[in-house]
Amino acid sequence: MAKYLLLKHYRGAPAAVNDVPMEKWTPEEISAHVQYMQDFAARLESTGEFVDGQALAPEGTWVRYDGEGRPPVTDGPFAETKDLIAGWMVIDVDSHERAVELAGELSAAPGASGRPIHEWLELRPFLTAPPTITE
Amino acid sequence: MDETLLRSVVPTVIRVLGRRGADFAAAEDAVQEALVEAVRVWPEEPPRDPQGWLVTVAWRKFLDATRAEASRRRREERVEAEPAPGPGQEADDSLRLYFLCAHPSLTPASAVALTLRAIGGLTTRQIAQAYLVPEATMAQRISRAKRTVSGVRFDRPGDIATVLRVLYLVFNEGYSGDVDLAAEAIRLTRQLAAVSDHPEVAGLLALMLLHHARRPARLRSDGSLVPLAEQDRGAWDTALIAEGVEVLQAALARDRLGEFQAQAAIAALHADARTAEETDWVQIVEWYDELVRVTGSPVTRLNRAVAVGEADGARAGLAAMNGLDPSLPRYTAVAAYLHEKDGDVATAARLYAEAAHAALNIPERDHLTRQAARLNVLTDGGATGSAGGR
Repeated sequence: MAKYLLLKHYRGAPAAVNDVPMEKWTPEEISAHVQYMQDFAARLESTGEFVDGQALAPEGTWVRYDGEGRPPVTDGPFAETKDLIAGWMVIDVDSHERAVELAGELSAAPGASGRPIHEWLELRPFLTAPPTITE
Repeated sequence: MDETLLRSVVPTVIRVLGRRGADFAAAEDAVQEALVEAVRVWPEEPPRDPQGWLVTVAWRKFLDATRAEASRRRREERVEAEPAPGPGQEADDSLRLYFLCAHPSLTPASAVALTLRAIGGLTTRQIAQAYLVPEATMAQRISRAKRTVSGVRFDRPGDIATVLRVLYLVFNEGYSGDVDLAAEAIRLTRQLAAVSDHPEVAGLLALMLLHHARRPARLRSDGSLVPLAEQDRGAWDTALIAEGVEVLQAALARDRLGEFQAQAAIAALHADARTAEETDWVQIVEWYDELVRVTGSPVTRLNRAVAVGEADGARAGLAAMNGLDPSLPRYTAVAAYLHEKDGDVATAARLYAEAAHAALNIPERDHLTRQAARLNVLTDGGATGSAGGR
């Protein structure tokens, strides 16, 4: 088994094929989309491949250490940040092929006009602990 | 096995161990271990006297933990000398446990966890699942909390407001995992009301009952939010409403108004309306005025603006928002609602999309996005508003 992160971006991914902002869909199309996402997660739970799914607020703050005895420096949010993560799903699957297959299904979630969004999702393997047996 | 019954005796068992000489942290640990054993053993061998069983097993766990034979003997001698507590002392002890678990030196998250374990009788695993954190994290949170309160002495009575805040937080967390935190909060507030005659305890209990009554109508089967005005009022739990109203009336009769009583009064007025149109918004505004006087909170002023919008029209509602900080949670959503009511559909659609962008939970975000979408359909897609994104 190997864990993968499916990363969804607000910004920074190549443009989707069916690229219409959600508030320009009809309410029914939004409902269909939400239902598809819920069904997808439920199906992965039933196959034992679901680990976690979370959504992030669009705006955050940059923070860094500013030296001994000083409060951290904060900055942002920056409107020009190119890459903005919207959320993720973590899956635990048998192969990279399976991970690609599932990411493809997630990208087919329906959007405007009920057609698949064809959204680009980023698939990233988890780095793992070293194996016990190496020879 | 009746888990609620099992859990309801936990505070008593902790107190029994306390009277036998165990300090709070050790007693609480021992009861938790006994609880875990009960969950394992009881389905096969249900005890005749659950509380007696828990006391026996928890006491054994405690003695095992203290190990030193000498101290064990000393403690056992103390048991023999222990007088049986009178009913008044039971109530005082019970109240003291609430104060301890909600002690002001604890962070809200720690107080919530400790309350759920020591008074609610939930296992660490259940609490961890309910708050979506790893069990080890929750175990640490609880043991740190216990260390924090280990030196607390009760020479002064605690502040009931801190206890109420903790119970309110538990109730508002709602439902996740296999523990119904709202129902649990109601159970604990009922127990508290039985040993405390403070009208705000009753106010909070009434508030919880009245909101819990609406729960069957609050979400659609797909998990989406149903606004109050669109809820199927036939699905509201009339028994809970009746109880909430009764508890509230008794509290109000004592003429010591507080924020929970005022909030409950507003919930009761909603419960009283058979249809959304019949809602007595004028009286609701009056209660919001009281609430603003009691709390002075900007969030209350924002909610009041919605009520003013219903009672006196959208323009009055928008005027009531004047001077409020636009970064308040739900400020933009309220503005969107009032602008739509005022007939300005394009502005409302833009604001709904903006509000969705700033929403802090998924059902609310989806709801606001749908509102924007609904209005954009009316205004042929709307030329503005790209803020929402997906």
